[in-house]
Amino acid sequence: MSGRDSILGTIRSGLGRGELGDAEKGALEDRITARGRGVRPSRVDLDMDGLADLFVDYAKGVDMSVDRVASMEDVPDRVADYLARENLPANLRVAPDPSLDGIPWEKRPTLTITRGKTDGSDEVGLTGAFAGVAETGTLIMRSGPEHPTTLNFLPDSHLVVIRKSQIVGSYEDAWDKIRDGEMPRTVNFITGPSRTGDIEQTIFMGAHGPRRMHIVLVEDE
Amino acid sequence: MADVKDSRPQVALFVTCLVDLMRPSVGFSAVKLLEAAGCDVAVPEAQTCCGQPAYNSGDKADAKAIARQTIKVFEGYDYIVAPSGSCAGMLSKHYPELFEGDDAMSARARDLARRTYELISFMTDVRGMTSVDAEYDGAVTYHDSCSSLREMQVRTQPRKLLQSIDGVEIRELTFNEACCGFGGTFCVKYPDISNKMVGDKCADISETGAGTVLAGDMGCLLNIAGKLKREGSSVEVRHIAEVLAGMTDTPSIGEGE
Amino acid sequence: MQEVKTGRFIDNARKALDDGNLQVALTKMKTGFVDRRSEARNRLPEFDQIRDQARDIKNHTLEHLDYYLERFERKVTEQGGQVHWCSTPEDARQTILAICRRLNAKTVTKGKTMIAEEIGLNDFFEENDIEPIETDLGEYIIQLRKEPPSHIIAPAIHVLKHEVAEAFVKKHTDRDPNRSLEEPRELLDEAREELRQKFLDADVGVTGANFLIAETGTSVIVTNEGNGDLTQTIPKAHIVVASLEKVVPTLEDASTILRVLARSATGQEASVYSTFSTGPRRPDDLDGPGEYHVVLLDNERSKMLGTEFQEMLRCIRCGACLNHCPVYNSVGGHAYGWVYPGPMGSVLTPSLIGVEVAGHLPNASTFCGRCEEVCPMRIPLPKMMRHLREREFDNGLGSQTVRTGIRMWAFCAKRPRLYQFLTGIKFRILGALGRSRGRFRRLPGAGGWTKHRDFPAPQPGGTFQSQWSSKGGARRPTA
Repeated sequence: MSGRDSILGTIRSGLGRGELGDAEKGALEDRITARGRGVRPSRVDLDMDGLADLFVDYAKGVDMSVDRVASMEDVPDRVADYLARENLPANLRVAPDPSLDGIPWEKRPTLTITRGKTDGSDEVGLTGAFAGVAETGTLIMRSGPEHPTTLNFLPDSHLVVIRKSQIVGSYEDAWDKIRDGEMPRTVNFITGPSRTGDIEQTIFMGAHGPRRMHIVLVEDE
Repeated sequence: MADVKDSRPQVALFVTCLVDLMRPSVGFSAVKLLEAAGCDVAVPEAQTCCGQPAYNSGDKADAKAIARQTIKVFEGYDYIVAPSGSCAGMLSKHYPELFEGDDAMSARARDLARRTYELISFMTDVRGMTSVDAEYDGAVTYHDSCSSLREMQVRTQPRKLLQSIDGVEIRELTFNEACCGFGGTFCVKYPDISNKMVGDKCADISETGAGTVLAGDMGCLLNIAGKLKREGSSVEVRHIAEVLAGMTDTPSIGEGE
Repeated sequence: MQEVKTGRFIDNARKALDDGNLQVALTKMKTGFVDRRSEARNRLPEFDQIRDQARDIKNHTLEHLDYYLERFERKVTEQGGQVHWCSTPEDARQTILAICRRLNAKTVTKGKTMIAEEIGLNDFFEENDIEPIETDLGEYIIQLRKEPPSHIIAPAIHVLKHEVAEAFVKKHTDRDPNRSLEEPRELLDEAREELRQKFLDADVGVTGANFLIAETGTSVIVTNEGNGDLTQTIPKAHIVVASLEKVVPTLEDASTILRVLARSATGQEASVYSTFSTGPRRPDDLDGPGEYHVVLLDNERSKMLGTEFQEMLRCIRCGACLNHCPVYNSVGGHAYGWVYPGPMGSVLTPSLIGVEVAGHLPNASTFCGRCEEVCPMRIPLPKMMRHLREREFDNGLGSQTVRTGIRMWAFCAKRPRLYQFLTGIKFRILGALGRSRGRFRRLPGAGGWTKHRDFPAPQPGGTFQSQWSSKGGARRPTA
């Protein structure tokens, strides 16, 4: 008997029955497609502006810094200022994400921009995001031809450009949007820079992922 | 005659083995408090132990036998009140579990459970008492026993009644919800771990600077008193019922005459 | 399988109590995690309601576990991944080895997984000339120190920073032996540098899974460091090792449970990284593993269904019970002698390896109930420990002295007249003996008690029952 058969057999006999019939399986399948949600945290009972503010509050609460700008036009200035403030090199590896194509990098010619995935030698990475979740200040990334997952993890500093219209209230709101397509290889929920408390229970950033994260929130609409 | 009965409920005191054998004055304090709360108190003779030692040791058969006996002994009373969160918890939470699925006993167990209360919370939550007529001078601290806290929901009630006594100053422990390390047979099966837990509790007690520590469970009190005395502490250990009833003229736990 | 030392619990506990460094670490933990969980709970008014829902989701799943596992497998296969059903640790080890051999793997990076501990994967890899590299900082530290984890989410919690420095100096031999490693920051940076190249060079990455999602064939890992992500994205293959009760029906169900996971574990609103992985990389992806395997381990769990231990399968490995347990806080994780410590270990370990072997664990509890109080999945841990004690009792296991004492006590308790007669005499004598001093430093038969405590003397004057009779107190209802 295969491991599979043996395990399924033991499960069924433990539950005191044989394999489920079609009707029961149908009901379980219905439960899946219904996508029933648990209780929604009341903290996200807010309008778009409220959610954006909540998102920013929580993001800052997990040690991400945030710039709020009026449009994509303002991104290069803010990014250049951030890099200077943090004493970081003016070289950015930017994801080949079409939503970032409109950033007028030429406004800050001292910035060197390369597009594509990172080989691990880039100190600063810049990506977009699939969504921002206000309930905990979480960024959602999807893997894909224009979204290399490694760019979220390998560079020491991770900058994220996100539009206000991308912010949703709860995790489930984000799943509704993600499921419009197929599930990608990776969906990352990212809530702050990488950290550890493994040495004497003191928290430090930059365990293996980025040690700092900066969000540029574009107030579109 | 419903009215007469309601105004003076018939309460059976569940003495508990530790009070019966080790510190009868707590039983007398409980009677005094229950009478002051407007109850008629009787002490059924055939009671012995709630059966917890057997139950927690996995001896379900003996636990059930003792429980059957207890259920029988306490039939016919409006309430069963015990000066102990753990014994009250055994009757009100675990007796029904013991007889789940037992047609003969299940309803009787649930009925007993419904009528069973821990002493202090009975006084406040059922009899509506908000103060006691007693005197005590000094700083006291209060240890919340695990069963009182988590099985019987006793938390604010002892403090409310203590505060009503002029002269009492309550100083809270830093870790008032921490287990004292008694745990029935645990303290003799794992003495070193129990010692660490009771040692921490006693350090917490000493730090409050209170002259007396109170609790509502004799197991905890014997454990704490034993450790305090071994450490040479002069902190007095009493059951809260003694203070609330104004019956503190006996030596405190672990002290001689 | 990781070596079983549960029989030596009492000795291990004593050593732990005498271990000054360990006690310092445990004292810190006592307030840290506890306070932060409480604060997180206060910030989310729906917290307790969500716990109830989380419990219900898992209960529903367990009642239909066969269906959800098959559905999970179907979705994984649809996306180009593979599910391997392994009844025993040996099956799992061999399956993982076969994948690694086929890929000519020399090094394997590992995210934190208790299942890998359970099946003794690291030792097995080494026996087969494959180098396993723990990447979670805590796991890395204990791997260097050649010891097992002492906490399920903070494996090196018992290690002080100078001990970490010693381990690094010993292992990272390419560096200047006189370098400064005083500060945790320096230790962290060194570990990060050392491990970065290992991530990039690894042939295979092994992670655990906090959840397996039947709806989409997705595995979920929850970390703070990002090591799990580098482990599962860069190498040629991603192998997930997970026990079969990790499955949940939908992404929504996982979201509900996630809300109570990090908050219960560390008091965070959310762990830094929750990563949902579905199949291998897609043809046009820029990165990701070429192969995706899920090694589903049973190891006695299916046998827990339909028993009084089924509820233990709701556990999501948050560690809240450990953090709040006064016994764990006294002796730490190693004393428990196997993979899973604390209250959850006291139930799971005997369930997996037998109460004959691990009997101490469910006995070393006062049933204070804090574990059940904080468990996000509302698992009645003390009740299950009691059931394990019942199994022991029914099989004549455990301390014979205590067993005899309990039975003798019960014998008397069932016979009220005998009880009153015997206790009347004994306690009157004890009371008289102890009258002046009020306590005994030593008492025959009470060695366990008097080792560390005095034994308070019974009040003189006889038992309450005898005094009540003398006073003519009421014995029956008066109305």
